[in-house]
Amino acid sequence: MTILYFLIGCSVLVALIFLGAFFWALKNGQHDDVYTPSVRILFDDEVQDEKSDQDHISD
Amino acid sequence: MSNSTLTHQSSVCYHCGDQLPAVKLSHDDKDFCCIGCQSVYQILSENNMCNYYAYNDTPGQRIKEEGHYEYLDEPSIIAQLINYKDKENTIVTFYIPAIHCSSCIWLLEHLYKINPAIFSSRIDFLKKEVTISYKHEQVSLRKVVEVLNQIGYEPLISLQDVVKEKSNSVNKQLIWKIAIAGFCMGNVMLFSFPEYFGLSALEKEFQYLFAWLNLAFCVPVTFYCARDYFTSAIASLKQKFVNLDTPLALIIAVLFIRTAISTIFNTGPGFGDTLTGLVFLLLMGKWVKQRTYHHISFDRDYRSYFPIAITTLKDSREKPVAIGEIVVGDRLLIRNGELVPADAILMKGDAWLDMSFVTGEAEPQQKVLGEIVYAGGRQMGEAIELEVVKPASQSYLTGLWNKEFYKSDVRKQNFNDSIAKYFSIGVFVIAFAATGYWLWQNDSTKAWSAFTAVVIVACPCVLALSTPFTLSAILSVFDKKGFYVKNTDALEQLAAIDTIVFDKTGTLTSTHQSEIRFEGSLSAGEKLLVASLLYNSSHPLSRQVLKVLNPSKIYAIAKYNEVLGKGIMGVVNGRMIYAGSKRALPFDVPAKDNGGVHIVIDEEYKGCFTVDQQWREGIAPLINELDDDFDLKVLSGDTNKDEQLLKSVFKPSTPLLFNQSPHQKLEEIKALQARNKQVMMLGDGLNDAGALKQANFGIAITDNINNFTPGCDAIMQGTAMGLLPKFIQLSRDGLKTIKISFAIATAYNLIGVYYAVQGTLYPLVAAVLMPISTITIISFTSLATRYFARKNRLK
Repeated sequence: MTILYFLIGCSVLVALIFLGAFFWALKNGQHDDVYTPSVRILFDDEVQDEKSDQDHISD
Repeated sequence: MSNSTLTHQSSVCYHCGDQLPAVKLSHDDKDFCCIGCQSVYQILSENNMCNYYAYNDTPGQRIKEEGHYEYLDEPSIIAQLINYKDKENTIVTFYIPAIHCSSCIWLLEHLYKINPAIFSSRIDFLKKEVTISYKHEQVSLRKVVEVLNQIGYEPLISLQDVVKEKSNSVNKQLIWKIAIAGFCMGNVMLFSFPEYFGLSALEKEFQYLFAWLNLAFCVPVTFYCARDYFTSAIASLKQKFVNLDTPLALIIAVLFIRTAISTIFNTGPGFGDTLTGLVFLLLMGKWVKQRTYHHISFDRDYRSYFPIAITTLKDSREKPVAIGEIVVGDRLLIRNGELVPADAILMKGDAWLDMSFVTGEAEPQQKVLGEIVYAGGRQMGEAIELEVVKPASQSYLTGLWNKEFYKSDVRKQNFNDSIAKYFSIGVFVIAFAATGYWLWQNDSTKAWSAFTAVVIVACPCVLALSTPFTLSAILSVFDKKGFYVKNTDALEQLAAIDTIVFDKTGTLTSTHQSEIRFEGSLSAGEKLLVASLLYNSSHPLSRQVLKVLNPSKIYAIAKYNEVLGKGIMGVVNGRMIYAGSKRALPFDVPAKDNGGVHIVIDEEYKGCFTVDQQWREGIAPLINELDDDFDLKVLSGDTNKDEQLLKSVFKPSTPLLFNQSPHQKLEEIKALQARNKQVMMLGDGLNDAGALKQANFGIAITDNINNFTPGCDAIMQGTAMGLLPKFIQLSRDGLKTIKISFAIATAYNLIGVYYAVQGTLYPLVAAVLMPISTITIISFTSLATRYFARKNRLK
């Protein structure tokens, strides 16, 4: 059962790594804007002009 | 592709979606309502950016007019605006109210296509901010702003920089604390589980380790996450006053000490799970309460109404100067549509100032040379020159903000803090009684454990949670209806209101909608002539009248001449036509009003298009509904020309005061408060700013929430005004919900106290009781809020 001592240490360490990762993301500003990226990802790289106009009328 | 969609598509402007006038502009087979929209389209199509129109139909905004951005060449002003600058690059963040759809995001993030020197731009959609990085060697800040303006996204640059003042460092720290508390709670729960399920002999050896680990996790929770409760409790005790944080701090301290003692002396499981869970939940409640509106600022003052810079004249040369640097004696040049930033004397030009936002007077005022012009007026007409007599920070208007005594005698105590006192006393009485009993029984261990257990069980945690959860649920019901309340404390003030004071201009009337009617007579042919003339003017009035006339064709015009802010004239089909204000007419006309668009054809007076201020929709039923339950009052800065009309809407006993100065309004609110009235003020302009701030609950009414509103407790969209009685009712129901949940919590506490006074509270009971009561309360409050919202038909 002494292996539990080691496992407990591991579990706390892993949890700490995730906590650290969360703080890094927070500091990095990843939670500052939680809306715009969801829109941004839907933009196509380049849409053909003529095609886009047709889409525009038909929808 | 159906026909109906096609016709629908072609009857509105391709860019802005406004209804097309009968005479429209066409370019690339697309129809536009005005030159502005067409030019934006041209810029975008030249730069191969027509994707803008692919993501949304008619995403554009109509461009108002060319701005003057000379001040953006001044290094001192640039330094105020930018976030960061190095040798090559500059980063700047602008607030752009026009951002409203995904096309806006696309366009503004592809600015590099228009000008490659703007190499990166990122949008924060909810905050309506764009952060632009550009090479300042190749493009100036002024050029960047001009590019934005050209495509219809003019940034709002004002003296009070909303972008920079809204730092969310406090909020971020709270999230840190929540993360740590949550982390510790999870781990403590994990190490407490064996204890819950009972330990076998084999596992007993771990008990010691688990207890020490739990204690270790409690240390950061107590000393970092819960620190604010201790500081707040100490501060309030110093003022001989008990707030809700006082009992909370006591409980956290007791929990920690008991856990530490039982761990160190190995006397059994501690309360680590209760402690971390409590702190985590409390912080969550705090976070819910702090939730703010990204795009709305409630603390704006005169500075966000004023521009950042103004043109001054030095040795007859124009030079832009930051408002803060204006000194007495400076010569200012105020163009058509610009604001007067400081109290000044009129030196040159014909000043017609629209003071409606400052004083509430609907009609523009004329000033003669040598007269004092107060800050805040908007010039309507030709450019004027002024000499500053008082710096901007000391003007008549700004004085309203500098007063320190606001609300000094109106103590804002919320339900939580008022009940905290009795709650704390109750807990102490029970705790000391239990201790006394066990000491009398000569059982000092039981006395100690009874005391601590009572304090732990009687936790007002539910109080600290039910209030923010209930009130913030109500806030989100409100904001869907266009009513944005500053915070949950303000909401409690709303529930207590018994007197409502209205402003007139912009509050009871709408600045947005106006009705145009023609006094006089025009034949159909003459209407076409007038329309042809107006077609050439970009003045808002001309455009409004043109919309009403909606001509089928437009004649060519000769000898067109526009006198800014006065009128226009020209020759159409050989007839001389004049349209404009009365005072600019070349001869006397039998018209009584100066305002409006007067029409003269071939020296014959035809009549006048007058613009009537319109009363907001549903005012009469609203007043009727409010009349029964509240004392009403009207404070108007305008003349009493509408007195008869108002009298027909309000009860005869309602006091209607006219010609009120901003200071008189403020005094009036104070007088009401002195008579123990809980006053709500509804206003819109700078003239109401003092009264809005002084009132127990100040609501700024606006037709567009992105526009400037003075500092207040809530911002309301004009269209939501009819719902006001329901809003008040829902806030009252919300307080009722809080009180009921308090009763439920007390029931739970009594069960806990029953065990606690016997000194037999096992940590497991405490650890189970607390989450159960919390879940009950939170589900109760959310269900009750939904029920009440439905009952008040706000959902």
